[in-house]
Amino acid sequence: MTRKSSILVSLVSIIVSVVVFLIPFAFIAMTAVKSPDEARALDFSWPSEWPIVENFQTVIETRNYMVVAAFINSTILTVSSVALLVLFGAIVAYVLQRRASRLNGLIGFLVLAGLIIPPAVVPTIWVLQEVHLFKTLSGMILVEVAYGLPFTVLLFRAFVATIPRELDEAAIIDGAGPLRLFFTVIFPMLRSVMITVIVVQSVVIFNDFAGPLYFLPGDDAATVQLTLYNFQGQYNTQYNLLFMNILLITIPPLVMFVFFNKRIVAGLTSGAIKG
Amino acid sequence: MWFYLPAAIVYSVLFIVPTLASFYFSLTTWTLFDSYFIGLDNYQQFFNEPALYKSLINTIIYGVVTSGAKVIIGMALALLLTAPVIGRGYLRAIVFFPVLVSTIGVGLTFQVLMDPFDGLINTTLAQLGIDGPGWLTDPSYALLSIAAVDVWKGVGLATVIYIAGIVSIPSEYFEAAKVDGAGAWQRFREIILPLSRPATTTVILLSLIGGLRSFDLIWAMTRGGPGFTSDVIGSVIYKQYQAGFYGLSTAGNVVLFILVAAIVFPLSRLFNRREVDL
Repeated sequence: MTRKSSILVSLVSIIVSVVVFLIPFAFIAMTAVKSPDEARALDFSWPSEWPIVENFQTVIETRNYMVVAAFINSTILTVSSVALLVLFGAIVAYVLQRRASRLNGLIGFLVLAGLIIPPAVVPTIWVLQEVHLFKTLSGMILVEVAYGLPFTVLLFRAFVATIPRELDEAAIIDGAGPLRLFFTVIFPMLRSVMITVIVVQSVVIFNDFAGPLYFLPGDDAATVQLTLYNFQGQYNTQYNLLFMNILLITIPPLVMFVFFNKRIVAGLTSGAIKG
Repeated sequence: MWFYLPAAIVYSVLFIVPTLASFYFSLTTWTLFDSYFIGLDNYQQFFNEPALYKSLINTIIYGVVTSGAKVIIGMALALLLTAPVIGRGYLRAIVFFPVLVSTIGVGLTFQVLMDPFDGLINTTLAQLGIDGPGWLTDPSYALLSIAAVDVWKGVGLATVIYIAGIVSIPSEYFEAAKVDGAGAWQRFREIILPLSRPATTTVILLSLIGGLRSFDLIWAMTRGGPGFTSDVIGSVIYKQYQAGFYGLSTAGNVVLFILVAAIVFPLSRLFNRREVDL
């Protein structure tokens, strides 16, 4: 590209990106801080008054502080599921990578199947009911772990392959048992891929809508994604509150994005090059 | 082997068992407590009732359209964002960010933006003298409008995968092409396109798997409407579940399973074989 055309292309790209990507987000933010009447117009205009605090307060207080409860539920769900995923994923990936056994083919197949097959929702509800975990946060946590495990194992396994086997051998010669070997030698080495797993999976689980919709119904246990329907009536949607709520649930992923953008991209594209 | 145990229990009980059980329960009238074997009646109903059958067609259209668009736009954006453009960091970030945002939040936002009368899209078009259609209220546009939003939200992932693919191409190829006097088009056609085939494979497979299974976005934007014109299998599964037809809902799940497996497994094998040939 010549310098002149390169500047032109840059300029066009930036303008298009503003129209296509930035305006929808600006629209969310601006509608969220408008008065009910102004928000109802649905237009892209600068707010004439700024009832930010009122809107925030109303969203928080609606239906007896449901949003607050939902943020607590979502946090517990996300943190617990991700913690279990990291633990399980790292162990499975390590054993899978280090020990060739007849099970390896089967596990490889199950990982692949888990990435492809759509979960059977109603039978899962049936199973959860049988084990008395339906409509419980613990049940939801375990479901997220089951659904997230294949991708987590995939990420960990690629990384374990890069840790030299000599390290294991040295630890064994020094008299470390399998548990000690894993937790004191291998686990700390997985730090970088672990951050990737934590960031990617927490965004996925925090944003999960269908899971809580099926397995965690009811207002008490609602997660943040389900609170959006609080402000959407059939006839009178409260747009300023709806968008304030959208803004609130966009903040956690935004924070992740600002601090861990490179990690997220690395995690999501790993394996893409090898196919 | 007991190392596997905790993970194996969770995965088997909550993923493998329900998947296997779905084949049986799809053949029953089911209340979660009692099931009554009725053979293939649920499948017969699924394929005979237009409202249900349409969802299968819509699912395929949605999957193919979103996947195709993500390949083309993702590749184009990746080419742009690996070239020396000003504001590259900003552009990469803004294209990728929607991937991380709540699908429901995006769906509800675009539902408002696509409002036929007051929505920002149509009021802007009106200023340009264009009469915008009812994006989500016109049966012939609803599904494709949702697909467009899906692409808006998901193309960032396709783009970063392509960027990773293009960046990993050894620079010798480009240097050799330069020596041979290849133009931009030849460089794309003869180097970038063939050498980023693994990235293309990943993008196609990932977006097909996601597109065929999609539910959230459609539920947030139209709930399958108007009528059932934008229903996909994912939304039919939920509607039948809500209506208490658990057997029929599960049959929908099995149809989706077979559809995804029948498209994705052969495709991934085909792609893998081609790569060996190269």
